Amino acid sequence: MSDWIDVCSFDDLQPNSGVCALVEDTQVAIFYMPEQNEVFAINNYDPFGDAYVLSRGLIGDINGEAMVASPLYKQHFNLKTGDCLEDETVKVDTYEIRINEQRVEVKI
Amino acid sequence: MSNKQTLVVIGNGMVGQNFLENLMASDIKGNFNVITFCEEPLVAYDRVHLSEYFAGKSADDLSLVEDGFFETNDITIHMSDKAVVIDRDNKTVTSEKGIVINYDKVVLATGSTAFIPPIPGNDRDQCIPYRTIADLDDMMIAAKDSKVGTVVGGGLLGLEAAKALRDLNLETHVVQFAPRLMEAQLDDGGAALLQQKIEDLGVGVLTSKNTTKIVDGDTCKHKMIFADGGELETDMILYSAGIRPRYEIAEASGLEIAERGGVVINNQCLTSDEDIYAIGECASWNNQVFGLVAPGYAMARAVVDHLAGNQPSFTGADMSTKLKLNGVDVASIGDPHATTPGSLVYTYQNGVDGVYKRIVVSQDNKLLLGAVLVGDASGYPTLHQYYSNGIELPEHPDSLILPARSDESVGLGPDALPASAQICSCYDVTKGDICSSMEAGCTTLGALKDDTKAATGCGGCAALLKSVLDCELEKAGIEVNTDICEHFPYTRQDLYNLVMVEEIKTFGELIEKHGTGRGCEICKQAIGSILASYWNEYVLENDHLGLQDTNDTFLANMQKDGTYSVVPRMTGGEVSPEGLIAIGQIAKKYGLYTKVTGGQRVDLFGARVDQLPLIWQELIDAGFESGHAYGKSLRTVKSCVGSTWCRYGVDDSVGLAVELENRYKGLRAPHKIKFAVSGCTRECAEAQSKDIGIIAVEGGWNLYVCGNGGMKPRHGDLIATNLDKETLIKYIDRILIFYVRTADRLQRTSVWMENMEGGLDYLRSVVMDDKLGVCEQLEEQMQHVVNTYQCEWKTTIADETKLKRFRTFVNSDKQDANVVFVEERGQIRPANTEERELLQAENV
Repeated sequence: MSDWIDVCSFDDLQPNSGVCALVEDTQVAIFYMPEQNEVFAINNYDPFGDAYVLSRGLIGDINGEAMVASPLYKQHFNLKTGDCLEDETVKVDTYEIRINEQRVEVKI
Repeated sequence: MSNKQTLVVIGNGMVGQNFLENLMASDIKGNFNVITFCEEPLVAYDRVHLSEYFAGKSADDLSLVEDGFFETNDITIHMSDKAVVIDRDNKTVTSEKGIVINYDKVVLATGSTAFIPPIPGNDRDQCIPYRTIADLDDMMIAAKDSKVGTVVGGGLLGLEAAKALRDLNLETHVVQFAPRLMEAQLDDGGAALLQQKIEDLGVGVLTSKNTTKIVDGDTCKHKMIFADGGELETDMILYSAGIRPRYEIAEASGLEIAERGGVVINNQCLTSDEDIYAIGECASWNNQVFGLVAPGYAMARAVVDHLAGNQPSFTGADMSTKLKLNGVDVASIGDPHATTPGSLVYTYQNGVDGVYKRIVVSQDNKLLLGAVLVGDASGYPTLHQYYSNGIELPEHPDSLILPARSDESVGLGPDALPASAQICSCYDVTKGDICSSMEAGCTTLGALKDDTKAATGCGGCAALLKSVLDCELEKAGIEVNTDICEHFPYTRQDLYNLVMVEEIKTFGELIEKHGTGRGCEICKQAIGSILASYWNEYVLENDHLGLQDTNDTFLANMQKDGTYSVVPRMTGGEVSPEGLIAIGQIAKKYGLYTKVTGGQRVDLFGARVDQLPLIWQELIDAGFESGHAYGKSLRTVKSCVGSTWCRYGVDDSVGLAVELENRYKGLRAPHKIKFAVSGCTRECAEAQSKDIGIIAVEGGWNLYVCGNGGMKPRHGDLIATNLDKETLIKYIDRILIFYVRTADRLQRTSVWMENMEGGLDYLRSVVMDDKLGVCEQLEEQMQHVVNTYQCEWKTTIADETKLKRFRTFVNSDKQDANVVFVEERGQIRPANTEERELLQAENV
C-alpha cells in the first residue's frame, strides 16, 4: 500500500469547484462540495479532448452520483469511480483522498 | 445528344419562378432542358410586398430567387430579353434580341401590366404605374420634389402603394373609381371601417371618383379633375387600378384569347395548343383572370403535375386573403357579397374597438360561404377552415364572430380538421403533411417550419400551426418534458420568474427551495446566467463561481489544448495606434498567437491559466477592459466607418456602435449576442445577420432583430424604421430583456424568434405597443444592468483571494508539460499529438 501524500492546504480548495495538483508527476483534479462535505480526486486528463483540463469542469450530480462535466466536450465522469457516463469503455483514474488536520492528502 | 425535351418558360415573375422551383423539386426535373426569359433586368421578386422597398428593404431582400438557383439547376436564363413570337408549326420561340429556340413545351408566365386608366394627361411627368422595382426607383426620384402623392386605385395593391407614399413622407391620397375600397373583397360595412381607419392614419380617401383629366396644378404639379366637378392637387400619381393580362406573344402566335383578355386555358392549364401552357395572371380560366399570386402558384403546380403524366385539375382558386394594410387587419373569404342564391348574412359591428365582421352562410345555415373581417382578423384561420374544408357550422354560426363573453370556446379545434385540410396556403401544407413531419421527429414549431415550410410565407397560419402541433402532441400522448434537467422540474423561463418573484440571489437558495440534488452543468450554467442577467453581481463571487461554465470560470476562452485566448474589448471595432501597439507588445511578451476576429477585435491565443492575470494587468494598464468573449453575453457591436469618413455614409455608425457597446457590455443572456451598425443601406457591417442590426437611412435608424450568421443563417426581421436614437435604444432595451427573460437556455435570438408564437408581430406588440404592460419594467432592468457594469478582469485583479485560483497547480509552480506549441507562419499553434510526443521525447 502506498502512503498518504501531502498535497496542499484545505484552504487551497475551491468550494463547489476544482483545482489541480501535481502529485509525483501525476496531474490530480481535486473537487470540493461543501454542502455534502465531500472531496474527490481523479486524474486531470480528459481522454476525449486529449488535454489536462478536468479540474476546470462544472461539478454536480447525475442520478444522485457526484460527477464532473468535461469543460471541453461535456462528457460526464463519475467522481467516485471515474466511469464515463456517455461511454462505458472509458474511465479515468480515481485516487483516495482525505482531509487531515487542514491538509489535503491523496494516495497515488 | 440527350433525349431531354426542351422546355421554354416565358417570364420570370413570381409565378414563373414558382413553376421552376416546383419543377426542380419534382421527379421529372431531369427530363427537361429548361430555358427561361426574363424581360426585367432583375430575376423574380416579391411584387406583393413592394412597399417594403421604402421601409428599408433592398431589391435583394425582395428577390425570390436563391443565390445560384439557375446555375445549380442548369437552367439557362436570358435576362433583359423577351420572347416575342412562337412559331407553332416549326416549334420555335424567337426573342426580341433574335435568339431562336427549338422547343418541345412552352409555359407562358408573362404576367400582367398595371392598368392605366385612359384619362387625358395620364402620361404626364411623375405619373407612374406601381408594378416593378424600376417603377419604385422612379417613385423615389419623383418623391424628392413632391409634397403630395396620389394613388389611383383603392384595391389591395393601391392601398399598399399608399403605404409606400406614406413611407416616403408624402401627403397621401387614394382615389377610387368604385364606391368603396377593396370592392372585390369587402362589403360596404367592412370597406367603410377600413376607410375610416386609413383616414385616421392621415391618408385622404376619395371614392366614386371618375377622373376625367389630369392638367397643370395651381399649388402642385398636377390637378386631377373629377366627373362630379371636384379636383385634387398632387405632385405625383401612382396607377394601381388593377391589372391587365399580358398576352401579346400568345396573340402573335395565334393562340385563343379570351373575350375579356388573357390566354384561354383548360383545367390542365393548356392553351389551345397542346404543347403550350399558360399560368398566372396572363391566363384566363373560365373567363376569369386571377390577380392574386396563390391561384398562379396552384396553376404552376398543376402544370408540373401534367408534365409528369398525371391528370391534375385546376378548377378555380380560393381568393380568400388575410393581410395587414397600413397596420389594419383585413381578411376576406369566399363569397363576401352573398351572391349565392338564398345565402344568409350575420354581421357584427363594434364601433368602439373598430371591428367589423360579417359571415355569409348557406340557406340551411350549415356551410360557410364567405366572410369579411376588418380591424380584427384573428378569426380568419378558423373561418377559412370551415370554408375551404366544407366543415359543418356550429348550431349558432354567429358565435363565430361574436366576442366570447363566457368560457365557451367557439374556435374550431385543430382536431376537427381532416388530414387534407390545408394549413398553410402559401406552401400548400396540409394537416397530414404536418402530422407526417411530426412522426419523422419534428416536434417543435421551429423544426416543423424548417421541415414543411409552413408558416414561413405570409406567416398567417402560425397560430394554427402551433395549435395543430400542440393538439397532435397531446393526442400522441407525448408529454413534452420541458424541465431544464433532473434537478429542477421547471423551464428556464420558470426559473427566471422564481428568481425575480422570490428575489433569489444564489443557486444554493434556489435548489434548496425548488430543486433536488447538487445540480449539474446544465442547470448551474443556466441559473448562473439568470442570476447574472437579473442581479448582475460579479460572476466569480464565491456563491456564483461554481456555476460558471468552461469559459466564464476563468474569464477567458478555453481552447482545445486547455490554454486560453484573451480578447480585450474594442468598442465598435475602434482602436487607437497606441492600443494596437500595446496589444502587440503584450502578445509578443507572452508569446501569444494573434488573430483579428469577425467581430472586429483582436484575439490573443495560447495563454496559460497562470498568465491570464498578468496579461490582463498589462491590458488594463494600457486602457483596455474585458471583451466578454468568454460569456453568454454581449460580444461586439460591429460597424462600418460611417458618415465620418465614408463618401456614402448617411449617419455616424461608429459613434452609435461605440455608444451601444458601452451600454450593453456585460449583459448576460441565454446565449451570446452580436450587434452591428451600418452607416447606409450598402450594409458593410452586415447588420442583417446579427441579433440586433441597425442601418442608417435618411429618416433615422432602421432596426433589424433576430438575425444570425453561423451554422444556420437567418436574415434579421425589420421591426421598426426611421427611429431616432432615443427610441432606438428604448426598443433595444426592451427586446433584449424580453429575450433574456423568455428564451430557453442557449437559445439564440434567431431560434427564439422562430419559436415565438405570433412571431415578429407579437414581439412588436410587446416591445412597441406594450401589450403586456411590461415595457417600463424591461427598461428598468436594463438600466440596472447598465448601472452595475463592472470590468470583471479589473475586479479580479484587485482581489488577492480571487487570483489564487489562477494557478496551473495548487501545489507547484511547474507548468502543464502537455501544453506544447510549434511554429506555423511565424506564430505559435498547439502541437498535434505526433509533434507533441516527438518534442517530449527529445526533451527527456
